[in-house]
Amino acid sequence: MTLLSAVIFLPLIAFLIILALPRDNPNLVRMFSLIASIAIFIVSLGLIAPVLSAAAGKFVFETNQMWIETPAINYHIGLDGISLWLVLLTTLLTPLCVLVSWKSIDKHIKQFFAFLLLLEFGLVGVFCALDLFLFFVFWEVSLVPMYFLIGIWGHERRIYSAVKFFLYTMTGSALMLIAMIYIYNLAGTFDYTKILAGIQSGAIPLTANEQLWLFLGFFIAFAIKVPLFPLHTWLPDAHVEAPTAGSVMLASVMLKMGTYGLLRFCVPLFPGAARANADWIIILAIIGILYGALVAMVQPNMKKLVAYSSVSHLGFVVLGIFSFTQQGFDGAVYQMLAHGISTGALFLLVGFMYDRRHSLEISAYGGVCTPAPWLATAFMITMLASIGLPTLSNFIGEYLVLQGTSLVNMHWTVFAALGAIFAACYMLWLYQRAFFGKPTEDLTHHMPDLNFREYAIMVPLIVLMVWMGSYTQSFLPPISASNAVLLGPVDARREIHVRALPPKMTPRLTPQTEVANAR
Amino acid sequence: MPVNFMPTGVDYLRILPEIIMTVAGTLIMLIEGWLGGENKKTNLSILTFIAFAAALVAAVAANTNPGVSFSGMFVVDGFATFFRVLVIAVGILSLFSATQYLKREHAESSEYYALLLFSVTGQCVMAAANELILVFIGLEISSIATYILAGYLRDDKRNNEAALKYFLLGSFATAFLLYGIAWIYGTTGSTNLETIRTALLTPGSDRNLILAGTAAALMFVGFAFKVSAAPFQIWAPDVYQGAPAPVTLFMSVGPKAAAFAVFLRVFMMAFAPISSRWAPFVWSSALLSMIVGNFAALLQTNIKRMLAYSSIAHAGYIMVAIAAHNQIGIAAAMFYLAAYALMNIGAFAVVTHFSRQGEKFVNIEDLAGLGWKQPVTAGLFAIFLLSLVGVPLTAGFFGKFYIFRAALDANLVWLAILGMLNSAVAAYYYLRILVVMYMNEPGEATLAIQPVSAGIGATLWVSAVGTLVLGIFPSILLNFANSSSVLVK
Repeated sequence: MTLLSAVIFLPLIAFLIILALPRDNPNLVRMFSLIASIAIFIVSLGLIAPVLSAAAGKFVFETNQMWIETPAINYHIGLDGISLWLVLLTTLLTPLCVLVSWKSIDKHIKQFFAFLLLLEFGLVGVFCALDLFLFFVFWEVSLVPMYFLIGIWGHERRIYSAVKFFLYTMTGSALMLIAMIYIYNLAGTFDYTKILAGIQSGAIPLTANEQLWLFLGFFIAFAIKVPLFPLHTWLPDAHVEAPTAGSVMLASVMLKMGTYGLLRFCVPLFPGAARANADWIIILAIIGILYGALVAMVQPNMKKLVAYSSVSHLGFVVLGIFSFTQQGFDGAVYQMLAHGISTGALFLLVGFMYDRRHSLEISAYGGVCTPAPWLATAFMITMLASIGLPTLSNFIGEYLVLQGTSLVNMHWTVFAALGAIFAACYMLWLYQRAFFGKPTEDLTHHMPDLNFREYAIMVPLIVLMVWMGSYTQSFLPPISASNAVLLGPVDARREIHVRALPPKMTPRLTPQTEVANAR
Repeated sequence: MPVNFMPTGVDYLRILPEIIMTVAGTLIMLIEGWLGGENKKTNLSILTFIAFAAALVAAVAANTNPGVSFSGMFVVDGFATFFRVLVIAVGILSLFSATQYLKREHAESSEYYALLLFSVTGQCVMAAANELILVFIGLEISSIATYILAGYLRDDKRNNEAALKYFLLGSFATAFLLYGIAWIYGTTGSTNLETIRTALLTPGSDRNLILAGTAAALMFVGFAFKVSAAPFQIWAPDVYQGAPAPVTLFMSVGPKAAAFAVFLRVFMMAFAPISSRWAPFVWSSALLSMIVGNFAALLQTNIKRMLAYSSIAHAGYIMVAIAAHNQIGIAAAMFYLAAYALMNIGAFAVVTHFSRQGEKFVNIEDLAGLGWKQPVTAGLFAIFLLSLVGVPLTAGFFGKFYIFRAALDANLVWLAILGMLNSAVAAYYYLRILVVMYMNEPGEATLAIQPVSAGIGATLWVSAVGTLVLGIFPSILLNFANSSSVLVK
């Protein structure tokens, strides 16, 4: 049992224990969930040092045990520089989600916390699985608790949203499963590292056509999860209707399952198809960036605004990945983490406000600054981080993505950068409408400032936003090392170098041919 | 032709499960007269259980000495044992879930138990039949008993309708089967599966191809009816809805598993030489069953009817495995049938429990709020539903996984893709039950719910544990299925 296995299975154990706790003692359930999730986070901190000290891009804590004999499915897990931070993001946000649900969840408390821990189990597993099948299992396992979290504890249209969310993901994963089985029938294994090596060495022969269809099988599943325009329509519904904790886990971690999948599986396994399809995918990503930002601008509902801002931010991630440059990859991963922190924090803050006023409409607020200055401050820092203000987390990610893209195609960079400007528009406008101005009498009475529990939630996130924005050295080196490995077969700059060969290599036109051409 | 027709000792051992159940069934009908009061009838169910348990042991024991018996009519091999154990286990679980129901409807009598035993006997015969006449006999024993069970509550209109429909259409389908047997006998001069296979493999048998093909087509109609695969599925929704809930539980699993056993044995062994001819028909039937079953289920409000359509869709998934016509397809179908038995029995056991006297509450909406009123029952039901959807870590997922793997192995890429998309459609109607159970406020039906009876509870727990164990450690069963899927020796 390695430390990593412990981090994966402790949430499952906690889930089972919560199920066994008595139903009529909600405080016991809350306390236990909090202690358990904090303990899991502390244990997961132990993962950092070994990854940092490992050889560049290598998997650490690798465990490879047989699970099912035929077809050969292994419990194969491992951690590299990318999955490390995503696992930590999950384990960090879970206790915060427990805290934010402390009071706001008032029915079926035991089941709520149980599902939250089960969700953590699935999410941590997704980021560690190195066996395609195991990845799929965790992928689907995380779906079920989220479905219940939205459907039982959500707002008015919760059932519609929960079912939509489930069916969208299910359809995508059905295609992914077919693609996985197809690979298995060719390769005789589900093992990611073996398949990767086999495809790169040519031991697993894939025709261009097969590669294209397999790529699409995986890509659609991930694109739905990201979500990439035009497959994003489940996202606003699910995010808005979910309870605060559900929105946080959805936006901060579950969306990253999609981009992580693209980075880990889609691009390295099918480099040829990924290159061939990059153009239209990038166009969709840019449409997503601009469309998400523009739609966010006109939302009267705060949660919906944040949800559409996610569509926009995740567009940057996809853009970075499909630029096939080191900077693009690094920026994509950094943006995944930064978005996880900042958007998670935004959903938490909106949740705090909802707890006070029971409304998500921007028009129900106005002048919140006066009665709740610290809430307004926290919101401002988070909002600025989300816009991408330098020295705060998102700036680094967006900058790296844009830089990576500019190496390949300057036009893309220009359009994508517009999205960053729009982000400033919708966020600042939201802030202006909700926090500035003169508060109504009613609002002043119902808007107490942050309490201790809420400080405890916000302070670590704000510290991280500043830390990630001002000292990237703490986070970026392992990410870069792992990205360099993934990028190997698809590096874009190779092609640029080829294209930039000196012109004298091409034969000069002779006068005769010039004449011929002129005719 | 063998000279000596006298059965030997080992022949009796091989057919011991059938003997035990037949004798027990007959005894039960006889001794009812001696049992006086109503309460004594519980003893009958205990006796039935003992008979089933003994038959189960005998079926397992028979596998230690596999081989053919009765002049090659009857075969005990891994495949037969797998299905004999499966149908007997199904019999036990349907017995558990029926006892309380029969008391509730004041209809406890020896016939029910005896018919259950006879029906399972017929299914065991089917599983081990190596010869078409015996297939027919087994099918009739099983079917006739099931026809009567479907109309078991004589005074109930719906029961009568179900039984009549099932009987008329069932007889019609059996006639097709019999006609097909006659054709193949005329073509190859035998009803023995191995002889048929040899005859079809012989060079120069091409001129008989049309005759053999016709025979296969006629028999396909008969089997497709029995497994409720489209386009011969019309009867299933009405019969499943009309029959008493525990009978539907039994019908949707036992006879279906046995019919698939025969289907597999006849088509994958005897008709294997002409598989390129029949595979397209199975392919179409598989796709049609999945589409008809899943899309019709979307519209249902009655839970029994919905599960009936869902069982048509599941028959479609298993047909995908047959369409693959390779060995991993057989193993996949076997595994799927076991998984399907567990999850479907579980789901129908909940319906049996919830429907109350006179089956008042059989609408999906009635289940509102069950998740908070009876968390354990609802939680187990959720496991069955998630397994029917095909969520990982449940038996249903691995069943689908193996089937689509077999299909891809046989290059049926489109069938696999359409099948998987179908299972995403199916997710919608199963989720609807989860939505009602967990996301709606409790209604009249849920508030007046009684605690789960011991029998139903046992069925639920056994099925749920089985569903999860097969979902987490599928090798336990799959290795056996793989080793016994070699039909041609």
